[in-house]
Amino acid sequence: MATLHHRWRKIKSSIISALCLLCATIVIVPLAFVLFDLLKEGASSLDLSFFTQLPKPAGEVGGGMANAIIGSFTLLGLAALVGVPIGVLGGIYLSEFGQPQFNAVVRFAADILNGVPSIVWGIVVYAIAVVPMHGFSAYAGGMALGFMMVPLIIRTTEEMLGLVSNNYREAAFALGIPHWKIVLHIVLKTANKGILTGILLAVARIAGEAAPLMFTALGNAGWSHKLSEPISALPLQIFTYFKSPYADEKRQAWGASLVLVLLAISLNIGVRLIARTRAPHLTK
Amino acid sequence: MTKDTLAPPLKTAPPPPSVPLPPAAGLVTFDVSQLNIWFGVNQVLKNVSLKIPSKAVSAIIGPSGCGKSTFLRSLNRMHDLVPAARVEGRITLFGQNLYDDDVDATVVRRRVGMVFQKPNPFPTMTIAENVTVGLRLNGVRKRNLIQERMERSLRMAALWDEVKDRLNANALSLSGGQQQRLCIARALAIEPEVLLMDEPASALDPIATAKIEELILGLKKSYTIVIVTHNMQQAARISDLTAFFYLGELVEFDKTNRIFTNPAKKQTEDYVTGRFG
Amino acid sequence: MNAAAAKIKTSPPAEIILAPPVKTADGFFKFLTWLMAMLVLALVVLVGWTLYRGSRPALAKFGWSFFVHANWDPVTEDFGALPFIFGTFACSFLALIIALPLSLGTAVFLTELAPQRIRQTTITLIEMLAAIPSVVYGIWGAAVLIPWLMQGPYPFLKRTLPFLPFFQGPIYGVCILSASLVLAIMIVPIITSISREVLRSVPDSQREAAFALGATRWEVTKLAVLGYSVRGLFGAATLGLGRALGEAMAVTLLIGNVPQITKSLFAPGYTLASGIVMEFAEANPGMHVSALFELGLVLLLVTLTTNVLAYLLIGALGSRKPSAH
Repeated sequence: MATLHHRWRKIKSSIISALCLLCATIVIVPLAFVLFDLLKEGASSLDLSFFTQLPKPAGEVGGGMANAIIGSFTLLGLAALVGVPIGVLGGIYLSEFGQPQFNAVVRFAADILNGVPSIVWGIVVYAIAVVPMHGFSAYAGGMALGFMMVPLIIRTTEEMLGLVSNNYREAAFALGIPHWKIVLHIVLKTANKGILTGILLAVARIAGEAAPLMFTALGNAGWSHKLSEPISALPLQIFTYFKSPYADEKRQAWGASLVLVLLAISLNIGVRLIARTRAPHLTK
Repeated sequence: MTKDTLAPPLKTAPPPPSVPLPPAAGLVTFDVSQLNIWFGVNQVLKNVSLKIPSKAVSAIIGPSGCGKSTFLRSLNRMHDLVPAARVEGRITLFGQNLYDDDVDATVVRRRVGMVFQKPNPFPTMTIAENVTVGLRLNGVRKRNLIQERMERSLRMAALWDEVKDRLNANALSLSGGQQQRLCIARALAIEPEVLLMDEPASALDPIATAKIEELILGLKKSYTIVIVTHNMQQAARISDLTAFFYLGELVEFDKTNRIFTNPAKKQTEDYVTGRFG
Repeated sequence: MNAAAAKIKTSPPAEIILAPPVKTADGFFKFLTWLMAMLVLALVVLVGWTLYRGSRPALAKFGWSFFVHANWDPVTEDFGALPFIFGTFACSFLALIIALPLSLGTAVFLTELAPQRIRQTTITLIEMLAAIPSVVYGIWGAAVLIPWLMQGPYPFLKRTLPFLPFFQGPIYGVCILSASLVLAIMIVPIITSISREVLRSVPDSQREAAFALGATRWEVTKLAVLGYSVRGLFGAATLGLGRALGEAMAVTLLIGNVPQITKSLFAPGYTLASGIVMEFAEANPGMHVSALFELGLVLLLVTLTTNVLAYLLIGALGSRKPSAH
């Protein structure tokens, strides 16, 4: 009897293990389909004109998304200008100067910010930037995306700086180097790969966002000549084009989606490569 | 003193520092009186008073937890970095009170250098950058001055010949003993007057330890050296004076051979003969 | 050599060549970094305050009835948030119901069962799932998934389970069920990742003890790991829910955007987020915009509460270790 029950227990264990494997497989299946469909629908759209031309007026066939590509990179740059200083310097404060209670409050605030839905960022920055400036702009879009980066960067910066062994700080103090130089030239420098990783991850996270841009950067059918003008971006263009009734624009939306996904994947790979070259001295 | 006349590197007499040490204050480097240190509510050092002479090696020995490192770190105001630490008493460096209100701890640490137990060369820097970091980050710009100091410091640390062809290699590519000598060179590059060493060889193998000890014997001609060690034989080998600490108190401070052959206090004798440790 | 020696002698002493430390530099740097940390706090206040200020007219006009009123008519300026709230919760909870078992199974697979190679590959693939932008999920869902659902699964559901109110009514394609399915795919990565961390934090000694007692693989997991981790796994689920609640672009393309409350999953609906996406651009400044701001305020409060609850469950509230997002 005991052996029979034991055999049943083993069978049950195997069944459940198989179910877990099944779960993992089911979860991956949509990825395969999405990637496959992206390639199927989008690869054909990625010709030279896609990358170099402006969108054609509604209904006309052809044209490209050059302005959206440039626009996306512009917005990412502006976002970094906002997000990186606040995030990195804030993370430095938490790691090098802060006290336990204050730090806990700031981290809690960062976690709250992290949970703010992207569309909410959109309407908030609309109210604080677009309305006072009387117009949509790349500045507003960059601001919205930048604010979204802050919680991610401040957390990873604090974590990476915390991994730098105190031995190095001590040695630097013993050389009579001023504290701020120690933080910038020694501690930060030691942790810079990890911090860079955090920044890249934050960029990858916001690169595909459309919601924060809808009411800030707005989108632009042509080139933006000034940062105070509305600007196009790939996610925005994808959304606009996909809802259009014209098949040609739908096709381009797929192409843009493929570009966006490739961009996100390469950023992730880049992060992984950097992480792999991280020197062992960082593990305390 | 050219390279050709040098015996094997370790036996080289180190080149003199660029500036003679202040002669008038020359006899006593540190005058410590009534030093008391607390970490939170624990009193770690009780009423320590002694005078540490110049251009000599003073060793601090004692069992674990007796306050040796705490005492050492009070000599270059490292306790400033610990919020829970409270330092009372008086320590003067060449007659000047270290803990005066208008004394900047950063300047103190440039005159009193420190080498730590675990070698800690900065991991993102090359050998050359490590040696000169104290100069560069403190505003020195002249290339040839930096270059010259670097070479001199590496020679003083008996490391020059081993690294002169790979100054641009990462500092972590050196062995443990070499890294520690690199840290010594790094400390010497800013030309302190004193070198504090906190168990500098305890993380090293015996051969590397021997090299460090030879180095110290050479350096004492030009620097005041205070070394904490848990290795009594090491203290006996290299120091001129030895201080024995026990449970936060200075039990005895005297010439080394007196401490080890004919100590005045029974407690000292018990420790150095190995009755407890 | 003499020249070199002479040069050595005349090199200036340490105190002179090293730049005296500038006391204010340290203070300034500390102040600057402190300011940036304070900015994080300021941003939180800014978000809350801006939403409140934008919603004030609507708050004043509708008061509490806003949350239970089911009509949304910009023409007569009769606004009620109930359809949006209903749609948001319906989609998100349904997505959670679908995603949670799959994510837990995957997490168990990854921590307890999978050999190293397979684990790494699977983790990478799941991270790729997370890297796909919301808008891309939206267009894929609308262009590929919904047509397929309308051909096969939806009619099948309608045929086989006609007595359930969920599957009655006409099939439009864009509906609550479609949005929930894609949302489920989108929240699987985060639930899996947090669950994995929770499971991994169970010390191996627990597992070893269970093995030593002769337990099978599954029994080890059930006894030693899952029992220990229930709270954390709840937290992972809640975090996934929070993510689903705030999702905008994909849902907008998949839910049909009709402000109604129905029992049928095949019917279109509206969420707080998709409502803002659809209407904000053309809303008349005034009560319409204010009502939309109030939707945003509700959304913020709902997601915030959910996230805080999740962090409390995971035990990571204000803690040093950042949770994966």
